[in-house]
Amino acid sequence: MSEAVLLIGTKKGLWIGRSDAERREWTLDGPQFEMQGVYSVGIDTRGDRPRLLVGGTSEHWGPAVFHSDDLGQTWDEPPKGSIGFPAGEDASMERVWQIQPAPADQPGVVYAGAQPSSLWKSTDGGVNFELVRGLWDHPHRKDWGAGFGGQAIHTVLPHPTDPDRMSVAMSTGGVYRTADGGESWEPTNHGIKAHFMPDPDPEFGQCVHKLAAHPDVPERMFAQNHHGVYRSDDGGTIWKSIADGLPSDFGFPIVVHPHEPETVYVFPLIADANRIPTDAKCRVYRSRDAGSTWEALTNGLPEVPSYAPVLRDALCVDQADPAGVYVGTRDGCVYASADAGDTWTEVARHLPDVLTVRAAVVG
Amino acid sequence: MSVAVKLPTVLRPFAGGAERVEISLSGEPTVGAVFAALEEEHPALRRRLTDDQGALRRHVNVFLGNDNIRDLNALDTPLSDGDELLVLPSVAGG
Repeated sequence: MSEAVLLIGTKKGLWIGRSDAERREWTLDGPQFEMQGVYSVGIDTRGDRPRLLVGGTSEHWGPAVFHSDDLGQTWDEPPKGSIGFPAGEDASMERVWQIQPAPADQPGVVYAGAQPSSLWKSTDGGVNFELVRGLWDHPHRKDWGAGFGGQAIHTVLPHPTDPDRMSVAMSTGGVYRTADGGESWEPTNHGIKAHFMPDPDPEFGQCVHKLAAHPDVPERMFAQNHHGVYRSDDGGTIWKSIADGLPSDFGFPIVVHPHEPETVYVFPLIADANRIPTDAKCRVYRSRDAGSTWEALTNGLPEVPSYAPVLRDALCVDQADPAGVYVGTRDGCVYASADAGDTWTEVARHLPDVLTVRAAVVG
Repeated sequence: MSVAVKLPTVLRPFAGGAERVEISLSGEPTVGAVFAALEEEHPALRRRLTDDQGALRRHVNVFLGNDNIRDLNALDTPLSDGDELLVLPSVAGG
């Protein structure tokens, strides 16, 4: 019997939405991980049974990554912890911003992006992570900066068919890619503006907020930047603006439809200097032509004025058909669509700030 | 010699539910040595008190008597047989 799970990571813990495969009616469990900022969650559907992953940070007791093989009833971590910098490094783990299972033909491989900006690889399903040295030792690292949220790798985008290729995005720093399994990395930000720097076209240093790509068309990538929405058709070498049809080019998340490589979703905010939804309306915007035109999705989203932003990891899709789309706001509301964004229903309200959402139909 | 670490409720699951952990020290008896010994017995507890490089986490307070060890000699604070360290979360966070 298939069921749907929706992980909702908030500033003060984890909630789990549960539904059937139709994903129309949701119940909510939680909170778990009280007093932890749950900045990253993952649902690994590759194995015999789904594994849930949570990256939580306690302001008192530090960060940790937990896993659950019973859909969130119980959680575990190795005694010495899942993730941490080796003794002698000039760094300590502050926060895990992203947990990303690799494609299905790399069973057990899970990547994590973290603060300070670092990439981690697990080969045991997210139980133990090792630092990816090639990126950590990159000569640019000393020049990567910190935004409001800290200095972190927040997006990890493994190539769908070539395990040696991958892109990551960090704030600030921008997009980097490897073609040799993480040994060497090159910045790939040509065309992405950095309006906050004296030279707005630097080789690196951009504040890319989120990166997305569809596995069927891996060379086409989408980026929501700190001002600027971009598409690359050549794996990130050149980026071109796709923001013309949007009410604003500022925002945090960007995701691609699971089955339509041309369909992409964003959540525009007015501007860097005014980070509330455009027109004070909670609206997801969708393009069905890879960013040439955009439409506001309104059916089922609140009509009342809304001043709550959506953070970089709080918009996601599932892999079901029809596709589910999920969005969580900083005023603790979560909305779900089971028809690719045409209509929405409220899953939760009055939660703490939503930091991340992930959903899957399992079983 | 032996010292004790008294834990707040929230940390007791990382020490098998114990409110108080007894630590035997053989080398130079310091607060840092106590934490190093915790790594053997209760590594999940140790990680919540200190960061990857062994520094006391910013919002963790450790008291020897009424004194915060940060006001003494931090991790180098010397200990005597029978001392008790009290771990408390600081007033932090929103």
